[in-house]
Amino acid sequence: MKRTQRKRKEQLFIWICRAATWSAIAILLTLLFHVMREGIEWLDLQFLDSFPSRKPERAGIKSALWGSVWLIGLTAMISIPLSIASALYLEEYAPKNRWTRIIEINLANLAAMPSILYGLLGLAIFVRYFDLESSLWSGSLTLSLLVLPVVVIAAKGSIRSVPLSIREGAYALGARRWQVVFYQVLPSALPGIMTGIILALSRAMGETAPLIMVGALSYIAFLPEGPSDPFTALPVQIYNWASRPQDEFHGLAAGGIIVLLILLLTLNAGAVFIREKLQRYKS
Amino acid sequence: MSKRIPFVLAGILGLLIASTGFAGSKALRGTVKVDGSSTVFPITEAVAEEFGKVREHRRVRVTVGVSGTGGGFKKFLAGETDINDASRPIKQKEIDKARKNGVQYIELPVAYDGLSVVVNKKNTWVDYLTVAELHKIWKPGSTIKTWKDIRSNWPDQKIQLYGPGTDSGTFDYFTEVINGKSQVSRSDFTKSEDDNVLVKGVAGDKGSLGYFGFAYYVENKDKLKVVPIKQGNKKPVAPTMTTINNGSYAPLSRPIFIYVNLKSAKKPEVREFIRFYLKNAKELAKEVGYVPLLDQDYQKYLDKFETDFLKLAQR
Repeated sequence: MKRTQRKRKEQLFIWICRAATWSAIAILLTLLFHVMREGIEWLDLQFLDSFPSRKPERAGIKSALWGSVWLIGLTAMISIPLSIASALYLEEYAPKNRWTRIIEINLANLAAMPSILYGLLGLAIFVRYFDLESSLWSGSLTLSLLVLPVVVIAAKGSIRSVPLSIREGAYALGARRWQVVFYQVLPSALPGIMTGIILALSRAMGETAPLIMVGALSYIAFLPEGPSDPFTALPVQIYNWASRPQDEFHGLAAGGIIVLLILLLTLNAGAVFIREKLQRYKS
Repeated sequence: MSKRIPFVLAGILGLLIASTGFAGSKALRGTVKVDGSSTVFPITEAVAEEFGKVREHRRVRVTVGVSGTGGGFKKFLAGETDINDASRPIKQKEIDKARKNGVQYIELPVAYDGLSVVVNKKNTWVDYLTVAELHKIWKPGSTIKTWKDIRSNWPDQKIQLYGPGTDSGTFDYFTEVINGKSQVSRSDFTKSEDDNVLVKGVAGDKGSLGYFGFAYYVENKDKLKVVPIKQGNKKPVAPTMTTINNGSYAPLSRPIFIYVNLKSAKKPEVREFIRFYLKNAKELAKEVGYVPLLDQDYQKYLDKFETDFLKLAQR
């Protein structure tokens, strides 16, 4: 009697969990379906290879696409060494005292900050104070600030999960501390770190608010030639088209969303691939 | 392989020299930085697009941002941009700032926008609204809750209000004209910076009333009903290309502007861009859903720009 009741409860719980999962997936699929239906007809090579235009049939995302590629590339170059180094320091070298605790609490808080605040910070520091103007530098430095806490936390976790036995084994063989860190800890932790980095970068790719704050443009008909050039990015272009009165521009926005989605999925697939490959190499 | 590198470098250098040489002396170069209102953006975008297609301009880089009229003025008055798109005239506070920063500028109207007051398609009772009635609806602390509160023979249907966010130049203009002072308005209405949200709101709600730029009404004619506006003893007038252009759609038709920094106008590429703007604004404004000024007005502002402003620039 009691057993059947427990079983029934369990069944109910399983069904609730199942419903939760499926409703999330259903919402995602509805969104995808809606975007696909509106945007797919605009997707062609001309769309990828044209600058924005007042005429929807001539408009494209060339400047936005390349702007996003530049941004993410620069952000990766700035944030990867910084975040790995800080995570290594905090996990392996820093003394465990009040200061490092404060730093760690702050990291967790920073990771939860709304992105527009990073935009304001970027505007005050990079655009105005360092006089970098509304350039790719300002944009990518701001995005780097945005992803740093997230990546550092992910990297710290992944470094911490390297088994103690590996370190002890290395020490037992007479390795110095930096040898242990570079030849044992870092390679073991790398798959986790890379996953964190790529996921954080894909988040940065979809950010609009901080980029608008630092002055990402809405119309630009040339490609950036260097990091000091002005830029626009995919989310900014999508936002611009979505707020136009004409229906055709809403279709273009949907087309832009599809391209952004494809880029994000490619990045995430890359993360999975790297993780699998590095793990196999490790074992 | 490494032996070839010098040749490759020489080749690239040669190409660079050749390309600059062939560009000729007539080719302009440099950057024209525009920022400001999202309302003016479609016109400036269209002008920038056409400007870039002219052979002599292909080395000029025109960039257009959208920070809103006020946000754009902040950058413009700090000397960070050459031109500001503005959906309202410059405010006294901004004029003071300009004086303090030593920024001299010229104001050039480029088109009209008719703020359109719209209701739901199913709203059968509204024939027109007077300016006084609009004031009664939108004034701060307004007690209008139903349509019956406006005119007693209208139904007891709850009124649902939609309007642009407080940062928008459209909000500034509407409140100034209807409530007598910019930024003064009742605050219990649905706000959005995105006019498409307002369109959706009004289209989906029988008792709704909202206002936004003319272009958004034109694109959604099938979903909305526009309300003719009656000023004083005149006949009610609905916004159309003609009534906005000839000024009979009053007081809700407004000019929209570009502001040009004096220092920037000394740069030939900016000067050329402004000339191109005023010469082509008529066609391009119409194309993107705005109402152009009269022909002679564009000529007038072009003359004003050429004479007054450039005289000032040479001083």
